[in-house]
Amino acid sequence: MNKETKPQDKKIKLTIPEEEIMSPGHLACQGCGASLAMRYTLKGLGRKTIISLPACCWAVIDGPFPYSAAGVPVHQSAFETAAATTSGVSHALSQLGKEDVTALAWAGDGGTFDIGIQALSGAAERNDNIVYIVYDNEAYMNTGIQRSSATPHGAWTTTTPVKHYKKGRKKNIMEIMVAHHIPYCATANIAYPEDYIKKIQKAKGIKGTKFFHLYAPCPSGWKYTPEITIKIARLATETNVFPIYEVIDGVYKINKKIKNPKPVTEYLKLQGRFGHLPDEEIAFIQEEVDKNWNRLKKLEEVFGE
Amino acid sequence: MKKILTGNFAAAYGAAAAKVNVVAAYPITPQTTIVEIMSEIVADGLLNADFVKVESEHSALAACIGAQATGARTFTATSAQGLALMHELIHWAARGRLPIVLANVNRAMAPGWSIWADVTDAVSQRDTGWMQMYCENNQEVFDTILMAYKISEHEEVLLPTMLSLDAFFLSHTSQVVDIYDEKTIDSFLPPYHSKIKLDVNDPRAFGGLTSPDHYYEFSYKIQLAQQKAKEIIKLVGKEFGQIFGREYGLTEAYRCEDAEFVLVDYGTIAGTCKDAVDRMRDNGIPVGALKIRYLRPFPEEEIKQVLQNVKKVGVIDRAISYGHLGPFFSEVKSVMYGSDIPMYGFIAGLGGRDVSIMDIESMVSYMQKNEPEDLIWIGVKK
Repeated sequence: MNKETKPQDKKIKLTIPEEEIMSPGHLACQGCGASLAMRYTLKGLGRKTIISLPACCWAVIDGPFPYSAAGVPVHQSAFETAAATTSGVSHALSQLGKEDVTALAWAGDGGTFDIGIQALSGAAERNDNIVYIVYDNEAYMNTGIQRSSATPHGAWTTTTPVKHYKKGRKKNIMEIMVAHHIPYCATANIAYPEDYIKKIQKAKGIKGTKFFHLYAPCPSGWKYTPEITIKIARLATETNVFPIYEVIDGVYKINKKIKNPKPVTEYLKLQGRFGHLPDEEIAFIQEEVDKNWNRLKKLEEVFGE
Repeated sequence: MKKILTGNFAAAYGAAAAKVNVVAAYPITPQTTIVEIMSEIVADGLLNADFVKVESEHSALAACIGAQATGARTFTATSAQGLALMHELIHWAARGRLPIVLANVNRAMAPGWSIWADVTDAVSQRDTGWMQMYCENNQEVFDTILMAYKISEHEEVLLPTMLSLDAFFLSHTSQVVDIYDEKTIDSFLPPYHSKIKLDVNDPRAFGGLTSPDHYYEFSYKIQLAQQKAKEIIKLVGKEFGQIFGREYGLTEAYRCEDAEFVLVDYGTIAGTCKDAVDRMRDNGIPVGALKIRYLRPFPEEEIKQVLQNVKKVGVIDRAISYGHLGPFFSEVKSVMYGSDIPMYGFIAGLGGRDVSIMDIESMVSYMQKNEPEDLIWIGVKK
């Protein structure tokens, strides 16, 4: 765009990097949270990034051979190997004197919470110099919306059909990663790009394993209309369903404290995947969300700065 | 410089001499000491490499794949269950055209737990696109690793190599190994430079969704590379011979020129066969031995050439393809399709049972007295 014809551009102060590394011709569904997730991630990490991409939505979003939307080198990896492959990339970069390049593992919740957790635990224990990001859409969306251990209590998926919706809690991946004593763990939400990109840039400068739990809603799998992705993402944090916090060297810091959290039903009612829930289940979910939030606040009180 | 080394040391020293950049390995049960030796070599600063102490064999090969794709020279070692656990990534490495070198200590598969020699582990990986070879002694282990990098990294090959060494007979047995001087090795095997890699200055995507329009050709090109590799293996083997005094090919024929009976063998059984051949020759039996070094690419021409004028052929397998025959026997038989030479398929030494000179002699004696048979179990307790 020619700036001379648009003098008002000068007045706009962008709060996130302007450069678009990811190209628009990708294969994501309309309203896909994961496509925004990658776009913001690359704005934060820059072009000197190598992505290891296990089986996940992004294995398709990036485009079929010979196309690629990412704009940086992409290595498609086996489902359970995001962390291990990225460790290999990172060690090669170090051996070849290219330490200014970021080795990024970019995996979905299935590839992280379930099949990839062994390799992730290994890489974190070794404290390999990688950025690991799980973009969480709370089920195996690429394979057809099957439940994962990141699927929340009460949700419909194709393997937890309405009559037998998921009864069981979502795995707390952050606590698992914090327990590895890695230098940096954070949650982030595509509804808050400034917060996320700031954290990504911070993590880039830290040596060792950096872990992000990135919340990325999925209209196809959560059964809502594509235009409300950001609204749902924001509600997840405004209801305390998905709190935004970071743990730096074991020190907890809640980045977004919601003064008057909204009731979870505001978040749940917009999504078809929760449409079947009776009132007592919604009450149970509210109870769980409150409990988890209080627990997190305690953690910050005790292990904060 | 001559050293007395076990096969595990020969493999580790070979990888160190090849100046690998990244090693990733895991001590699965049954594990090999190759991992420990490499770890020490790196920790002592004798090799400037990154050793990734992964949490599984699966991650070991995944890390090698990531590192190799980024442009590093990589090495891993495994055995039996570990190789089986790697299986998914064995395909990944070959289809990704990554010239990784892997040393596999041939061991029998569990259950029951076994730490002894049997090539079922390696043969089970036959159709993955890897080049696969079998060593007779520890010198061959050391030499093969150096040659394997040169062959695998050749731009018309670009396929990984799996070399196999029999458990205990090589892995834990000390033999004299000439490890040559560093400068000569470096001139034979210069540092690895990959033209196609994960490079931020030339961003490309590898391994994405591939339609039937393209997948077929990727497979075809792997086959072309395997065929090309036959030529490169021989060229590199010849060059190695000129520099280091030991020449290698796809096969090795021992006293086959005027032989009426030839035993086809591989791995450590090949060494025993040579001694058995000498003994039988002393007793006037015109016998020879043909060692197959490479199962993939399979040396059809070399085998045909040696066997075409022989009266009877026996193949010794330290593995069985359940429900069919010995795996190498099947391969040799298919190569000899159309010939009327009587062929004998011997199964011997499964799970590490010793295969003695007497066993080999009994095979030849069996061939002398009996009609051909595809499946003959040597020394089985029925």
